[in-house]
Amino acid sequence: MSNTSNAKREKGAGSKTASRAMDKVHASLRKRYRAEKRFRAYGLISVVVGILFLVVLMASILAKGYPAFRQTFITLDVYLDPGVIDPEGSRDAEVLRLADYNRLVRGSLQIIFPDASGRTERRKLVALVSNGAPFQIQGLVMEDPSLVGQTLTLEVPASGDLDMLMKGRIDRSLPESERRLSDLQIGWVDTLIEQGRIHKRWNKALMTRGDSRDPEMAGIWGAVKGSFYMLVVTLLLSFPIGVAAAVYLDEFAPRNRWTDLIEININNLAAVPSIVFGLLGLAVFLNFFGMPRSAPLVGGLVLAVMTLPTVIISSRAALTSVPPSIREAALGMGASKMQATFHHVVPLAIPGMLTGTIIGMARALGESAPLLMIGMVAFIVDVPQGFMDPATALPVQIYLWADSPERAFVERTSAAILVLLAFLIAMNALAIYLRRRFERRW
Amino acid sequence: MEAATMSRDKKARSEQSAQAATRKTASSLFGTDRSSDVPDSTVGVITHDDPVFTCRSVDVFYANKQAIFGVDLDIGRHEVISMIGPSGCGKSTFLRCLNRMNDTIAIARVTGRIELDGQDILDSRIDVVPLRARVGMVFQKPNPFPKSIYENVAYGPRIHGLARDRVELDEIVHTSLERAGLLKEVKDRMDQPGTGLSGGQQQRLCIARAIAVSPEVILMDEPCSALDPIATARIEDLIDELKENYTICIVTHSMQQAARVSQRTAYFHLGYLVEVDETDKIFTNPSHKLTEDYITGRFG
Repeated sequence: MSNTSNAKREKGAGSKTASRAMDKVHASLRKRYRAEKRFRAYGLISVVVGILFLVVLMASILAKGYPAFRQTFITLDVYLDPGVIDPEGSRDAEVLRLADYNRLVRGSLQIIFPDASGRTERRKLVALVSNGAPFQIQGLVMEDPSLVGQTLTLEVPASGDLDMLMKGRIDRSLPESERRLSDLQIGWVDTLIEQGRIHKRWNKALMTRGDSRDPEMAGIWGAVKGSFYMLVVTLLLSFPIGVAAAVYLDEFAPRNRWTDLIEININNLAAVPSIVFGLLGLAVFLNFFGMPRSAPLVGGLVLAVMTLPTVIISSRAALTSVPPSIREAALGMGASKMQATFHHVVPLAIPGMLTGTIIGMARALGESAPLLMIGMVAFIVDVPQGFMDPATALPVQIYLWADSPERAFVERTSAAILVLLAFLIAMNALAIYLRRRFERRW
Repeated sequence: MEAATMSRDKKARSEQSAQAATRKTASSLFGTDRSSDVPDSTVGVITHDDPVFTCRSVDVFYANKQAIFGVDLDIGRHEVISMIGPSGCGKSTFLRCLNRMNDTIAIARVTGRIELDGQDILDSRIDVVPLRARVGMVFQKPNPFPKSIYENVAYGPRIHGLARDRVELDEIVHTSLERAGLLKEVKDRMDQPGTGLSGGQQQRLCIARAIAVSPEVILMDEPCSALDPIATARIEDLIDELKENYTICIVTHSMQQAARVSQRTAYFHLGYLVEVDETDKIFTNPSHKLTEDYITGRFG
């Protein structure tokens, strides 16, 4: 009797506690959901802020950089005066090369503006045309000496200041003393515009020339080639050495204190600031081995040393991800360790190794600090023709241009950044493609 | 008050019995009294009239932990011998001694004597490459190379230089696939990846790959544990056919499988070879109590 009532009471109490527990659960549930919503909001805000930064950065670079891909040209009728170019009529290449082409440019401008008189005004007039214009005429004459005596209608690049005026970067409303172009020059420009002598064209110089003091003649081709030679050296060194080291460490090396030590060192090297590798290059390659300064070869060596840890680490990760059953299958067939590794394991790890290497290369391409230490930060006009020629690299060129006072270099800096980013995006896209295309899942 | 005491008593009692149960399992499975359970020497018949392998006092250590204790066993020519026993009893470890696959494990150390046709294969001067060509292996999980079906089978003959030309290689590949009972299913897609086959087909491909180098012995480490019953039956039929030409050592978790395919059965327990005998005898009239407990399903 007492037992049953006991049981009933317990049952009642049980259901009561259960409902009380559910109340508590419901109460806390609301709190939990609120916390979750808050957390989601924080996450969303962080993502949005990140994207916002990226968009602002890209928009500013794009807005600044894209006008640089077009350049203002002036159409001039240039009389190739034999009296100026080659008074003796020898048509000797050396005579043609050394002729005063400046005078021809000045002459053709004076035909358009006959009222410009005096040294100062004439200098101001010539300043509208790029310093590269005489060289353009020189090139034409050297190529075809029979042109001498004719009048050519040429599009010559305008000076950086005129270019800036045309792109609205020089404010006409500013007082004359604060402008790069005087009222007189602006008047001439307006006349030129009226005569239809001013056009904007694709800026070929930017893509085909080396560095220059004159922004309208400055190009990134020298830096691109410098970067290219450097990356070739880096790739040829870091990929085989890195892969060989990774294969040895992962497949052949005994596991002991030495290999542990090596592994720790490799991991630490990956985190060493890049400028330290530059110092190493300066001390070892330049000072000890006496290699030439500013050469892509040395830059490539330094970057190879810098990327090696990245390549080794990613290659080892790729090797480790190959399932041991493949190794066992090969060894069980009577393959030697070497055969098992190179017939089966390495081919399966190659996509991962390549991905890691490309990402390492991309990092090397964007690296400037170590290059500053080995003299690749020089003003180099000539496009490098080999691994030993003095060269700069793209990021260093950006740094150099960002330092230049001329307004026209501002947009060229951004344009160079755009080119560098394009290369980096292409490389990373290739890495992603390789990973997607050849990735295997077990 | 009274009820509370009672429930406390009950709790204490149940805790006691749980502890006792744990102790019991621990003692029987992890061998605190191993010496009393395991026989001093293997029960049954360890020898064979025409042995391929003669193993004497084989010990295996993983670092400092001993995994196999003094195993003596003969493996006869063209017989199927199965090795059974609970998980962790060392049957796979022993199997991997026979083609020195334990060499691939850095911490493993094998001592004793394993003779293959009178030659001690544990000798460090023995080259494992020809050994493994003579003693092939099929693994638990089908592990075809991620290459074409043809390349999978052709790999062994190729590295060992068994075929003089392409025609001969084609012939080896075809015969091997045929013997593995796979030729009919794959002859139209030899250039497709071996990993695209079904699990059972993959395992038969692995068997074809193993027999392509004409080994004398095929070691099979739980070859059917990842397969469904139909694929398992096919593999078992295949083992039956292969025993005409090959010696087969098979490790299995399925006692039915051992009973179906093998002539002799070895029962391993905690690293000891407890009993080895004709399969019929082991399953109908085991001599040792541990064997009996295992095959009657008392543990394992």
